[in-house]
This record gives sequence, structure tokens and C-alpha cells, in this order.
Amino acid sequence: MSTQKELVNLTIDGIAVTVPAGTTILEAARRANVNIPTLCDHPDLGRRAVCRLCVVECNGGRKLKAACANEVWEGANVVTDNPRIRQIRRTILELILADHPKDCLSCVRNGSCELQALAERFGIRKHVFKVGIPAQEPLLHSGTLVRQMSKCVKCGRCIAACREVQQVHAINSVSRSLSYALGTPYNTMLGDGTCTFCGRCASVCPVGAIYENDQVNDIFDILADPENHVVVQTAPAVRVALGEAFGLPAGSISTGKMVAALKRLGFSKVFDTDFAADLTIMEEGHEFLDRLKNDGKLPMITSCCPGWINFAETFFPDLLDHLSSCKSPQQMFGAVAKTYYAEKLGIAREKIRVVSIMPCTAKKFERARPEMKENNDPDVDFVLTTRELARMLKAAGIEMNNLPEAEFDRIMGESTGAGVIFGASGGVMEAALRTVYEVVTGAELPSLDFEDLRGYHGVKYSKVELPGRTVKLAVVNSLGNARALMQDLRAGKTDVDFIEVMACPGGCVGGAGQPYGSSAKVKERIKGIYIEDKNLPLRKSHQNSEVQTLYREFLGEPLSERAHHLLHTHYHPRHK
Amino acid sequence: MSKLINLISMGAGEVAPEDIKAYQQIGGFEALKKAMSMSPAQIVEEVKAAKLLGRGGAAFPLGIKWEHLLHIEGEPKYIVCNADEGEPGTFKDRFVLRQVPLRLFEGIAIAGYVFNSPKAYIYLRGEYRDLKEKLLSIIDKAKSAGFLGKNILGSNYSLEIEIISGAGAYICGENSALLNSTEGKVGRPRIKPPHLAEVGLFQMPTLVNNVESLAAIPEILLLGGQRYLELGHPDSGGSKLISLAGHCLQRGIYEIPLGRLTLRDIIFDPELGGGIADGKKLKFFHLGGQSGAIGHPDQLDTVYSYTDLRAAGLSVGSGAVVVMDESVSILEYLKAVNEFFIHESCGKCVPCREGNRQIHKILDRLLIPGAATRTDLATLRRLIDTMTAASFCGLGQTAAVAISTAWKHFKSEFEANVVDGPEHYKLAVG
Amino acid sequence: MQKISGDNFISEIVQKHNNDPQQLTSILHDVQEASGQNYVAEPWARQIAELLQTPISHVYEVLTFYSMFSTEPKGKVLIEICNSAPCRFNRSHELLAWCKEELGIGVGEITPDGEFGIAYTSCVGACDVSPSLKIGEDVYGNLNRSKLTQLINSFRENRPELREPLICQN
Repeated sequence: MSTQKELVNLTIDGIAVTVPAGTTILEAARRANVNIPTLCDHPDLGRRAVCRLCVVECNGGRKLKAACANEVWEGANVVTDNPRIRQIRRTILELILADHPKDCLSCVRNGSCELQALAERFGIRKHVFKVGIPAQEPLLHSGTLVRQMSKCVKCGRCIAACREVQQVHAINSVSRSLSYALGTPYNTMLGDGTCTFCGRCASVCPVGAIYENDQVNDIFDILADPENHVVVQTAPAVRVALGEAFGLPAGSISTGKMVAALKRLGFSKVFDTDFAADLTIMEEGHEFLDRLKNDGKLPMITSCCPGWINFAETFFPDLLDHLSSCKSPQQMFGAVAKTYYAEKLGIAREKIRVVSIMPCTAKKFERARPEMKENNDPDVDFVLTTRELARMLKAAGIEMNNLPEAEFDRIMGESTGAGVIFGASGGVMEAALRTVYEVVTGAELPSLDFEDLRGYHGVKYSKVELPGRTVKLAVVNSLGNARALMQDLRAGKTDVDFIEVMACPGGCVGGAGQPYGSSAKVKERIKGIYIEDKNLPLRKSHQNSEVQTLYREFLGEPLSERAHHLLHTHYHPRHK
Repeated sequence: MSKLINLISMGAGEVAPEDIKAYQQIGGFEALKKAMSMSPAQIVEEVKAAKLLGRGGAAFPLGIKWEHLLHIEGEPKYIVCNADEGEPGTFKDRFVLRQVPLRLFEGIAIAGYVFNSPKAYIYLRGEYRDLKEKLLSIIDKAKSAGFLGKNILGSNYSLEIEIISGAGAYICGENSALLNSTEGKVGRPRIKPPHLAEVGLFQMPTLVNNVESLAAIPEILLLGGQRYLELGHPDSGGSKLISLAGHCLQRGIYEIPLGRLTLRDIIFDPELGGGIADGKKLKFFHLGGQSGAIGHPDQLDTVYSYTDLRAAGLSVGSGAVVVMDESVSILEYLKAVNEFFIHESCGKCVPCREGNRQIHKILDRLLIPGAATRTDLATLRRLIDTMTAASFCGLGQTAAVAISTAWKHFKSEFEANVVDGPEHYKLAVG
Repeated sequence: MQKISGDNFISEIVQKHNNDPQQLTSILHDVQEASGQNYVAEPWARQIAELLQTPISHVYEVLTFYSMFSTEPKGKVLIEICNSAPCRFNRSHELLAWCKEELGIGVGEITPDGEFGIAYTSCVGACDVSPSLKIGEDVYGNLNRSKLTQLINSFRENRPELREPLICQN
């Protein structure tokens, strides 16, 4: 069958357009530089067509069609804007606003709200309809995500993300008519259901109805206290996305400027989670080899992604022994910072505050897990998402783009390309292979680039030849894809040895804590990640000299007793 | 000569609904036998010739629907009988299910044979659950007699009928919502296209037809499509069951030939409605269900047919005729209609969910002297236009039909309490 | 009306429907009936989700979408009165007032002994015999003050033979 799609000719507002069959009117209009307004549509989610703002006239008919849900057809004559359509759209927008608190000034989405942008676009200057909105509404606070349901515009994106993309089913539509809502069963808190805190809901919400627990002010507070020694780590995916918040195109690499900005904020040391990613590879690679050699449980599945861990604990409690016992890079970093680093600098553990900058909301949940604490003191004290860091820098008046580039601090700031590619789906696997291959064979890899494992798509397979054994690999991203693979595993239908799972589409670059946007941006960030990898002098974890020093001076060797105590963890079934 | 006709209602009240023998004595299952000697294409030709318009309310030509599905690839094809009779004032499907269920089953079996369907579902609205056990036992009897189930009439064709219970949602009368509900999901309508004929129940090609439509099939085959057409209106053949409710003397179900009677006959003829109760005067009538148009006594001489009613700005819809006397305030009545749509809105699209809510506020104000302004009326017009043009499904698109049609007939009542106010609403009423 | 037959009544009902998620509405109807109070309690809904291997968020979505289902007790004998336009202007409010006199409760309320509750319902297709009401699955039409008393007493005294639901009037 030909993959070439048939082309369709139509006119949109009198402009001739030719697009592939199957294109929606909305998308076709964009190609003609006609921006049809929409609120519920999201390019990465299924069609819902519920806000009705995108209605258009077709072939002169009075009946309107939703541009987001109708595909083009040959000879169609679409009108996207005339007085009638404008009045209808305006009425719809007024109806949405009637049921919205309109407290934009104190809203987390002030300036990034899609509803606000529409009100501006339509020149809404007064509110025609009135509906009683509760003056003070309790926040539904799970510690990681916050919900404020009076702001919900019922676009259904969060449900589509949770139910269809992630297949977590923590939230769903509830009731009908005027009580129609998007929420949890029995109005329970997110933490009491199946929520994995992957945050996809928050990343697609067009308004301020669901968002990450904003801890910017907590960081300002700890930085202001001279008693604290505050160190910060930055995840690999942050450096290729942070620039977007400052007007740079997606995928722009702002590593050096980000480091400089963090130093300006007053962190005592600016470190790199890449260092811990290299450390993770040392542990995880050896764990995999150990499982291969000693008939351990295979396939082994990566454990870097906290959304995935929550998912596995909730839905696949019977398969937890497949998970690598390695902590995630964030948590390895915290554990090492509060022991090795503290010892080396002679600073008491309780004075050290570890802050993480993560592309992720689930990292906020992970850092609070009881297994990630030593005598009730968490290894990581705070997690900020990329979005929160951007807000913090703006609050502090730091013009990041104009700063001269700075370097990460020693002794946890060295990074190899292997650490960087943790930020993209397939990266952990590729980094592991770069090390495992050389440890096993003692020879250099002919090529460091495992192209099969890269890219945005959700399911990837590959294999690598080790002496006497072909190792079969699978990489999945998004929890929906993970569910399918795990069901196969449970049914004994998989034939792989090593699996990488990331909860977010595209991997951490597509994390729910990244600047708002769709997969188009995520794909650009992926490119940025591999450019950064290529540019680094060292591209294999075992070459990281700081990691080597850490083993030499402190841990001994991979999988040593101390490494086990500090760098490994265990899992337990979660309630459904 | 009687003004009524009995095609679907033949035997109703005379033949026990579960009595297969008695049903056979009045010609029951003869149509099925005849059908099974014909090819599916021949049967579809008869249905087309009959010009049977879908009796659930949408009035889509049944023959065209059948022909379309016949040409669609994919097996199995499912038959779904829409017995989600949710239009208030409509109880004709209940009549069929109670009085002549065997005729419905025969129609379903014929449809099943045409599309070689292994399974048919009857989606029975939750409010009619009292009928379920009885219907199941009649299905069992028909199976034992060889008219349903395995090897119908000794042929290779087998058909199982399952009854699915609704649970109180008018929107499930919308065919795509009905299929979602049949699949065990919430009954919210689907995005179309794809059309249900192609991607229907469990993603398979599906025929969804109303109870009355399917119950009309046996008589079409027995009489022949042409003869059936001649009994009705040239544009729409045969008979229609009408549900007469409200303030007329003789409420009930009447089967009438299409295109032969006027609305006046229906409401006032001694054989039908018998006029208004308690010696009162007719104020208005509401046709086709809550989503239908409201008619004025001036329109009483309109002939009851799809064509004539449409020309008069009215519609057959479900066949409901709700008659209201002079004591009823049109605005109060419209508020009841509006409250029905608020209650039944699935809530997912903005124009329907929020539009109905705002209309309710305006109707409230229109009922209080001095509370509403000219702006309110302009806003009401704007809301009606928006809901009608932009709602996701038929429910929202037709929720304001009663208001906009009544507005024309009872302009003075709409404006009675309106004052020339400022641009903004009065603060006192909010 | 079926009574709750012990702890496993949920699994019995679900099994009766072949553990088929497609039968969720029928299962919820049956559970509601078996509850004796016309509702589906949260633990039961969770058990149904578990047995059908479907997310509780789905069961809850269905339970709250359909107006015939309730998550709160509604009384053992639930009297449902149609509130749609044809009935509203055909003495359904009078009927409601009589019910209030008879039972001392209004719409959405339950008698202190939990025996009776009153609710509005959608059209029950008995417009030709309104004023009418629905109790359980049965519809009673052409009611007047004394017929209503007789009907309510037949439930108080548990004498089904005194009732004339519509289905029997063929």
C-alpha cells in the first residue's frame, strides 16, 4: 500500500489550499495562515470538539462544522470568519467566561492562559452573563499537583491525556448537565486513586485548573537563610527547554546561561544531574550484567522515571522484580550530595539543602517517598519544574539570555553525552549500551549512535550483540505504551532482555514540567539533546572522571555495599 | 369511515402480546417468510419504495439508510433498535412494546436477515424496565417457535436479540450516544463522521432504527412498498403513531395515515382527541417532542404529513402532540421545556450546557414585571442562534426550537414584562 | 424486591451478568434494586470495578451520568413523579402535594423510617394517563387522591395485590 496520501484541494476564506486527505479543517487553515480560534483542541490528543469555538461555515450552508473534528474534502469552500461566525464565537466565549472565576491576576496561568488569550483576541471588555462562582474555593492539593476546579473549562484535555494517552484512569468525566465535571471518582484526592503524578493533565490544561505545586517562594526562602548551604542540580531535559520561556525557539541549548542564572539566584553550588545519570549507568549497567550472568530476572526494566515507577507499583505489582533497583539520577544525586559531598566539604548534612530542577512533576512526588530519606531527612529537599524555574528567574529579574555562559561546579558537575541523552526517550538505554558493551567486550563501540532507539515515537525495538549473546531491547514512552508492553510481559508474550520506560511522550524532554506546548516542541528538544551529546568531549558514562573519583574515594565499586545502601531502592504495591 | 388506520397497531388490545399463534392468525410472521424468499437487495427496494421516513424523529429515509449499509463492507453488521423513547409526551414505542412486540421482533428479524446480522440489540430506556422481563419471555417464545434464534424458519440464518437497559438519559436517544451506552459507556454522542453505518457498535457497521420504524417493516413487505406508500403521503408512505397528550379529552396513541388528516382532526375529531378538556380553549400545541416546534391555533388546518408540517414551520418528530389550553402561560411552559434540556444536556459542549443555563435566567426575568430589558431579548436571540448553529449534537441544536417558534406566535407575552432598560442588566436581578 | 443476600451480593449480581463490562448499567440497576434503598454505595461500586476489571473512575462516571442511578440512599419505596412539561401542566404538582400530605416529605427526601422517598423522574411514557407516578419499575396512572392513598397503603401493608401497575392493563 502506498504511504503517499491523496491530496485534497479546497478553499479557505477564498484562499486555495492543497493538503493531504485526512487533514482537519483546522490544520488546513493553519497552513493557509488562518488561525481559527480553539480552546479544547490539542494536537497531541484525540478529537473532542466540545468548546465549539472553531465552528466554520462550509459550502454556504447555515449549519456550522467544528474545524477541529472535520476533515477536508475535495472542493470544500470553507468560511472561517464573518460577522455571524464572529458573533457565535463571541457568545460561546462569553458563556465560558460566565462560568469562570476571572481572577487572572492571582492565577498561576496569568500570561500563559489560553482562555485569557482568547478573551484578548475577541476584545472581551465586559462580562455579559453571570453565574454564581464560589468566592473562596478550597484547593485540591496532593502535594505534587494542585487542582482548582472552578477554573476548569471542561475541555476534556486532561481526561484524554490521563485516560487515552497514559491509560491511568485517575480522572474522568463525572455527572452531566450543569454538574458535569472532570475529576476523580468520589471526589477523592489524586493521591488516593491511581494517579501516577505524571502530570500530563497539568501539561495540557489550557487554564489554571490543574498545575504543579508551585514552590518558587520556598526556594527564595531557603536561599535567603545564611545557615543553609543550598546546592542545585539540573536535569538534562531542562537545558533544551528553559530557553522557550525566554523567547528562544524550542530545542535551543541554554546550558551555560542556565548555570549562570542559577548562580545569580544565589545557589552555593550549581551541579548537573548528568553526573548522577552517569553514576546511574554505572550501577544499572552492572546490575544488568549481573542479571545476565547470574540468571537474574529478565527483562530488566529501567527505574529512572518516577511516573513509571508509580504506574508499575499501581498496575503491575506482580512484576516489580523486573524493575532495576537503581534509584533515579535525581535521588542518586541527593544521596551522594548529602554524604560524599557533605563529607568532602565538611558541612553537616542538615545544613545542606538539595534543590532539583526537573522537567517533571512526578519528581516532586519521588523526592518525598519514605525510601528517599535518611533518618527522615530527605535526600532531595525541593523539586522545581522547568516552568517554575523560569518564573523564579523572571521574579528575580534575571535576563538569562544576556548572561555570559558559566560552567557547572565541581565535584558533581561533570557530564558526558551519555548523561545528557537521559533526557530523551531511548537515551537511558543508549547510555547503558555505551558502557555495558565496553565493560563486557573491553573493546570500543564501532559507533556510539543507536539510531533505532532514538526519536519521539512511542515504541522502539533494537538489539545489540554481546559476546555469546544477542541482547534484545525495547524502549517505550507514554504510560499507555508501557501498559501494553507490560500486559504482554505478564502474558509471557515479550521476547526482550532490557526495557526502558519513560512516562512522558518523547521522554523527559516532553516532561509535564516543561514549558507549555505540544509534541512539535518536544521533537525540537530531542534534536537539541543529541546535538549537546555530540558536542561533549566525553560521551560514555564510565569516562566521567568525577564519577571515577566518587568510586575510588567513597563507593568502592559498582554494586558495592555502600552503593547499594545509597544508590538502590525497593518497590511496593500501591493501592488502586 | 374511520379516520384511523391499523398497520402497526393491528391486533393491539385484541391479541395478547405474547401469543404467537394469535399473532400468526392475523398474518404475523408472514412478512418474515416472504422476506426470506427474497434477496436483501429486493427487500431494500421495497423499503425504499415505501418512502418510510425514520419514525424516531429525525425522519431520515429508511430505505436509503438500509441501502447504504447494504453496500458497506465489514462483518458482522449489528442491528440496534432504538427503544430509548425519551421525548416527553411521546409514548408510542411503549405502546408497540406493550401491545404488539411480536411485530417489532418480526421487523428486527427481517432487518437482521437483510444484513446477515448475528445479533440485534434493543436499547430499552431505563424508565421502561418494567417491560424487560416480559419482552425477554416473548423473545424466548418466538425462539421456540422458530421465528428468532437459531436457524430461523429452518434456514441457515440465526439471530440473537439482547435487551440493553438504559438508565435515565434522554441523550441516549441520539444514535451515537445510544451505541456508546450499549457498549457500557456513558451515553455521550460521538464525533461524526465516521458515520455509524461504517463505524458503529463495537466499531462495526451498524443499523440503528427506531421501534416504530422496525415495526412498520412487516406490513411494508406484505403490502409491497408501492401499496404502503399509497396509504400515506406521496413523500412519506404509510402510517404514523401519534401520542396525544396534555389537555385534550381523549389522550392516547392513534395510528393515522400520513397526509390525510389535519391537526384540527387530530385534536378535535371525536374519534381522536375529542377537543379540549373542561370546556377550555386551545392555546397552543407542541409537536414532535420537546425538541419540536410549537404551533398556534391558526395552523390547525395544516395537514399532518412530513411535507406539510415542514412547510408550516412544524414537524412530525416523534409523533408527539401535546395540547395545552388557555390557562397555560407560554413562558412557564417554555421554562419547563428548558429545564428538561438543562437536565438532559450531557454537559460536554459549551453552547448546550451553558446556553440552556443562561436561557433559563432570561426566561425567569421575562416572567417578572420590569425585570427584563430589551437587551435580554437580544441576548436570548443570540443564545438561540448560537446553540442552534454550534452545539455538538441534535440535543443542543434543537433545544431552543420551542422557544424560537413560540416567540413568533406569542410575541406579546414575551415582551409583556420587558422594559427599555440600560445596556446592562438590572443589578437587582443579576 | 430482591433483598441484599449477604456480603457477596455484588459478586452474585456481577456473575449473573457474566462479568461483562458491557452490562454495567444492568448491573448497577440490579445492585440498586438489591440495596433496598435504591442506591449504589461506594464500596459496592469499587467492588464492581474490581470484578469487571474496569477502572473505578469509569464505574463512577456511569453511575453519575445516568439520572436513574444514585450514590446516596433514596428510600426503600421510591415514588417518582414526572416533571416534564406535559405532566407538569397536567396536575403532576397536585400529585406531588398529595404525596407530601401522605408521607410528610418533599422531593429528594426520605421518611425517617427509610421506607419512602420522593423524586422527580423523566417522562415515563404515561402521558395519556397522567397524573401518574412510578414506583420501582412499575407505573401507576390516572391517579386521584384516594387511589394514591390506597397505593401508598398497599406498600405500607405490603399488599401487592392491591396495586394496579400499567403493565397489567393490556
